[in-house]
Amino acid sequence: MSFFPMPFHSLLLFVVWLLLNNSASPGQIVLATFFAISIPLLVNGMRGEQPKLKKPWLAFRYLLLVIYDILVANIQVAALVLGSTKKLRPGFVAIPIDLSTDVGITLLASTVSLTPGTVSTEVSEDKQWLYVHALHLESEQELIDEIKQRYERPIKEILGC
Amino acid sequence: MSIYIEVLISVFLLIGGVFLLIGSIGLARLPDIFTRLHGPTKATTLGITGILLSSMLYQSFNQGTLSVAELLITLFLLITAPVAANMVAKSALHRENPPLPRTTGQDLIPKARERKPADAVEEDA
Repeated sequence: MSFFPMPFHSLLLFVVWLLLNNSASPGQIVLATFFAISIPLLVNGMRGEQPKLKKPWLAFRYLLLVIYDILVANIQVAALVLGSTKKLRPGFVAIPIDLSTDVGITLLASTVSLTPGTVSTEVSEDKQWLYVHALHLESEQELIDEIKQRYERPIKEILGC
Repeated sequence: MSIYIEVLISVFLLIGGVFLLIGSIGLARLPDIFTRLHGPTKATTLGITGILLSSMLYQSFNQGTLSVAELLITLFLLITAPVAANMVAKSALHRENPPLPRTTGQDLIPKARERKPADAVEEDA
């Protein structure tokens, strides 16, 4: 058994612990190192299959894209909320997905919830369809295309599935 | 603290406050549960981020050390907000809360509730 079964998570734990304490004093570093080693050893056995990040650089670009879209989403939703609610045309849309991993689908569903005018409500059992509720639906096909182009494709590339 | 920093902090506080207010107004004004979900998931992420950014700036300049714990709160919020919204939407589907009558694509609701594929043929109950 390796000493660091989850090197990335160890690093993450180490950094998060120091950030949470807002200090880099020797005592906190020792404690962070302890957690970074012991927690992965404890939980490693409970993990399922994890897909590998194929293209970390793309993941970073995707993060920036999502942050930008969250900004836009906020302003759009603010405008819709303050405008006349009678003009809203909400709707349900089923989006066909072809991501094969649970992590990919989770990422897509979360992104959809955070970005312009859409909240993901449910995934079909065969993991082929994502049901989305849109606050203001102009065109069903447009929304499907946008989500597939803008979010699904990069996720597919990043996870390589 | 210089005046510029104070102005910057105030601007972030204002932005955060405005978006949080709009999110709450949305919660009160929008007509049904599904549309109401949109307010808290979106308007609040930016609102909280604005307030945390100003807190980060204030702490950093006040204490002279970089304060970054706020970034973590933002990160956790970004991870948990969609999950919470998803759970609310799910339970609304299962409780058969009626959506707004003019909602399009209502034929998808039973399929979503049963987690069936969208192209499944309708079975007669």
